[in-house]
Amino acid sequence: MDAIISVKNLSKTYASGQHALKNVSLDIRRGEIFALLGPNGAGKTTLISIICGIVNPGSGIVLADGHDIITEYRKTRSIIGLVPQELTTDVFESVGATMSFSRGLFGKPPDDAYIEKVLRDLSLWDRKDTKIITLSGGMKRRVLIAKALAHEPRILFLDEPTAGVDVELRRDMWNMVRGLRESGVTIILTTHYIEEAEQIADRIGIINHGEIILVEDKHTLKRKLGRRQLKLTLRNPISRIPEGFSEFKLELTPDGMTLVFDFDANAGETGIAGLLKRLDERGVDFSDVNSSESSLEEIFVNLVRNGN
Amino acid sequence: MNFYAVMAIYKFEMARMWRTLFQSIASPIISTSLYFVVFGTAIGSRIGDIGGVTYGAFIVPGLVMLTLMSESISNASYGIYMPRFAGTIYELLSAPVSSMEAILGYVGAAASKSVILGALILVTARVFVPYNIQHPLWMVGFLMLTAVTFSMFGFIIGIWADGFEKLQVVPLMIVTPLTFLGGSFYSIHMLPPFWQKVTLFNPVVYLISGFRWSFYGVSDVDVRISLGMTLVFLTVCIVLVWWIFRTGHKIKN
Ligand SMILES: Nc1ncnc2c1ncn2[C@@H]1O[C@H](COP(=O)(O)OP(=O)(O)OP(=O)(O)O)[C@@H](O)[C@H]1O
Ligand SMILES: [Mg+2]
Repeated sequence: MDAIISVKNLSKTYASGQHALKNVSLDIRRGEIFALLGPNGAGKTTLISIICGIVNPGSGIVLADGHDIITEYRKTRSIIGLVPQELTTDVFESVGATMSFSRGLFGKPPDDAYIEKVLRDLSLWDRKDTKIITLSGGMKRRVLIAKALAHEPRILFLDEPTAGVDVELRRDMWNMVRGLRESGVTIILTTHYIEEAEQIADRIGIINHGEIILVEDKHTLKRKLGRRQLKLTLRNPISRIPEGFSEFKLELTPDGMTLVFDFDANAGETGIAGLLKRLDERGVDFSDVNSSESSLEEIFVNLVRNGN
Repeated sequence: MNFYAVMAIYKFEMARMWRTLFQSIASPIISTSLYFVVFGTAIGSRIGDIGGVTYGAFIVPGLVMLTLMSESISNASYGIYMPRFAGTIYELLSAPVSSMEAILGYVGAAASKSVILGALILVTARVFVPYNIQHPLWMVGFLMLTAVTFSMFGFIIGIWADGFEKLQVVPLMIVTPLTFLGGSFYSIHMLPPFWQKVTLFNPVVYLISGFRWSFYGVSDVDVRISLGMTLVFLTVCIVLVWWIFRTGHKIKN
């Protein structure tokens, strides 16, 4: 696997004694969109901050594009862009000026055409002379994105990019993220929302209490999402599953009133039609049917709860 | 060397001055003019010459130094404290910028501003009193050295401070008294012998004395000692800054 970011045995304890990261190892593939998912205080921002150089690592190694983030910080930082979680912007600067500042800070010569392109992509071009303080929260987030892109980074971190963002900006943002990926940029984003991760990411990592508890391809997780159950409430209780249902994954609840059928929603043939037909043939009467899905949300909540 | 980064920081900091042009420039000029009216003209007319220099002219170098020091400190300390306070420092920390480059940008801009101000005050002073500068090169040298040293000092305060009070306490409680007692308005020879000795522990005395020498060729202490002390102070500041960045003290978690 071609890892553009490689985190090895990274630990971090803040001066307060907070053990924010515990022996985290994680590889991010070149060109992928990776979603880092976890509840408040899980360590997402800490992990990102260490990779970007904002927080000192405790122990462990981080490589970006094969370079050590400490000893070769010039190389690693110049290819990384960060959109922070908090809306921390300059106040009296104009949008255009703050972006030029960012570009310079990261060692790139001025390029007005590029800056114009990014500002246009983010619908900020007509605001380029506006003082940042007068912008709305969503606009400020766009400015932060523009700043992060100012030096044409190869790796982009988005720390909770959709917090306080309306539907339109969210859509714009995902379009932009996909466009960046198309051009070869690797994107790592954090979120609290599984659907969001599912929508946009190629792979999903779940972090809790400073530990990575799962890293999975989205489609693999989707298959788990695909696990569905069909519940049939019987008219008359039965003591065991009748003969002739062996090809169906059936379970009987202890009270004998409900048959539970596990099926794969992504499979072409779910088997539901066959099951219903068979039930009819065998004269098993049911009064109610309902289906439920074990959502990623549930998987996530369970994983996180088990970690506690 | 990340030249573009140094330029970006420098430009950003200088832009801060243009934005607050009136406050940045008008207030020191107005306060200096007031000093000239009160001390130079009103009181000075009753004080005789000092070392062959009229009192009005005598206080010119001291007043320039006074502004130079306090403006250098306040500009440089706010320059680095504000991003820390507002959180925008994340960008500097995540950028491929060495501590040397950051210092060059921040301290360079703060020192430039003070030198511009110093020059403006010299021009303003000319309106009130005639004076001449015997050693212009030395004058410029002392001006720049002091601006850089005190900007560096301000930078340290801006990193050390964890609140606005601390940002103001050092300039207010230490630097202002030292500059007022450093011989801006009098020659230390006018003090009783005991206080003449005590005052030699005040580093500002050497700066003002040396600076005044570059104007009139007269000084409280030998100009070489003045220069030496200025360089010592600068070195102390550089070592402190080096230590701060070396240890990441108060900047990074
Ligand atoms: N500067 C700091 N000093 C001390 N503790 C900190 C600091 N920053 C974060 N922490 C602690 O480290 C832990 C991880 O915090 P972090 O900000 O990385 O979580 P997060 O996953 O980003 O959470 P959120 O979803 O709320 O943004 C938390 O317990 C937090 O309180
Ligand atoms: Mg966070």
